[in-house]
Amino acid sequence: MIRVENLNNKFGHITTANNVSCHFEEKKVTVLLGGSGSGKSTLLKQMVGLGRPDSGSIMFDGKDITSLGRKEIYELRKKMGMLFQGSALFNSLNIFENIAFPLREHTSLSDSVIKTIIKIKLEMVGLRGVEHMMPSQLSGGMTKRVGLARAIVLDPKVVFYDEPTSGLDPIASGVIDKLILDLNKKLGVTSIVVSHDIESAFRIADKIMILFYGNLIAEGTPEEIKNSSDPKVRQFVEGSPDGPIPFTLTDKDFIEDILID
Amino acid sequence: MEAIAAIGRGTLGTVQTLGNAGLFILYALWAAVTPPYRFKRVIAEIEFIGAKSFLIIFVTALFTGMVLALQGYYTLSKFGAQGVLGSAVALSIIRELGPVLCALMVTGRAGSAITAEIGIMKITDQVPALEMMAIEPIKFIVSPKIIAALISLPLLTAFFDLVGILGGYLVGVLMLGVNEGSFFGEMIRATEFADIYGGLIKAVAFGFLISWISCFIGYNAKATTEGVSSATTNAVVMTSLSILVIDYVITSVLL
Repeated sequence: MIRVENLNNKFGHITTANNVSCHFEEKKVTVLLGGSGSGKSTLLKQMVGLGRPDSGSIMFDGKDITSLGRKEIYELRKKMGMLFQGSALFNSLNIFENIAFPLREHTSLSDSVIKTIIKIKLEMVGLRGVEHMMPSQLSGGMTKRVGLARAIVLDPKVVFYDEPTSGLDPIASGVIDKLILDLNKKLGVTSIVVSHDIESAFRIADKIMILFYGNLIAEGTPEEIKNSSDPKVRQFVEGSPDGPIPFTLTDKDFIEDILID
Repeated sequence: MEAIAAIGRGTLGTVQTLGNAGLFILYALWAAVTPPYRFKRVIAEIEFIGAKSFLIIFVTALFTGMVLALQGYYTLSKFGAQGVLGSAVALSIIRELGPVLCALMVTGRAGSAITAEIGIMKITDQVPALEMMAIEPIKFIVSPKIIAALISLPLLTAFFDLVGILGGYLVGVLMLGVNEGSFFGEMIRATEFADIYGGLIKAVAFGFLISWISCFIGYNAKATTEGVSSATTNAVVMTSLSILVIDYVITSVLL
């Protein structure tokens, strides 16, 4: 579905992608794991054409997103849905209008059809009945579900999730996990999840990739990742503060640093 | 050496920002005149920039007219020329104070809100969300605001002129006892059509400046809380200063 090839990207002297190549399979849930600053969010943005990498290609449906013009990217985006970390609902519109927004923009469906579609989408995320509330009246978990309903309203082939469970309580996270799986199984939506939530990744992923400072250090099924003997992967899975992935930012020796100053 | 390099960097940065601002407005205008048109968005923005500014413009205009009459009466009575008070009030308001004060008030009320709104849309990912829904953010957010400001400002200025003259009448005629006939007679004799459309040209130019600067600064605000707050301050300061400078330029060209 989406194939990233030899992707390189740098912001100043921070490398966000170092010759990354990977494949996101159709109708599968792929979780891209990584700590903060690992480059996973940048990679996600580049996959949807919100940013351009320094070099390399990202093939989506046989087209290279990194070299498309605005119009062609907009055409492709109608096949993509995205759930933003903060849901990104329009706070001046109520829930109904938020979800109806892409329909009103890109289709000429009548009001009654739009109403039906929104009922179906809200039922899918278990929130039928909140149509007339404003985003500010809903909890974090609920706005995420509304954001998801909006992301799937045009029936996309691929849905991107940016940190879908961050900032949610365990139950709300569980709900989001279940929704991601439901959409994937029932509608056959290709799902690409960027996350640092390892528990959630093990629950939903068909395939997990771990990104570490711009390098793809592991790739495999949840079982393979769990049983990996790579120390970096082990540290990530176990969540230990120090290990091959260092606790401190600088590699200068602490004693030396103090003494020289 | 370092100081010279800093000047160079600063200049390059400024030139680049100005270039970006130019491209930004060209794109927004181009987007405004190409379909699909967004009439509903334009109407909503006219309501926000124009209709909701009526009260503040009313109060500003009323007191400006009143104080002009008071000051004008004091000065003119030194020459025994109270009779021309009507033309003095009308010309100062129509040619100068109407468009400028109106624009400054709209900057404070709507310009700052525009910058903050766009900045917050950026922080909360609403701008990339539009992108992801295959909607051009500039066309959706910025273009309607610019069209709305171009329409609203001349109308608000005309309203300001009217209320300002009313304020002058209240103080000059009803309070200080200037003859009503000479107040309006002098006003009609001295005010030419060129004065009125000169003021309205200014209003259109200021509407353009307010929407351009507020939108551009909001759209380029850093996506942090401090970023948006400093962008809002910058937008108000930059817009107000540009209004005063451009006012001088237009006045000198029109005279």
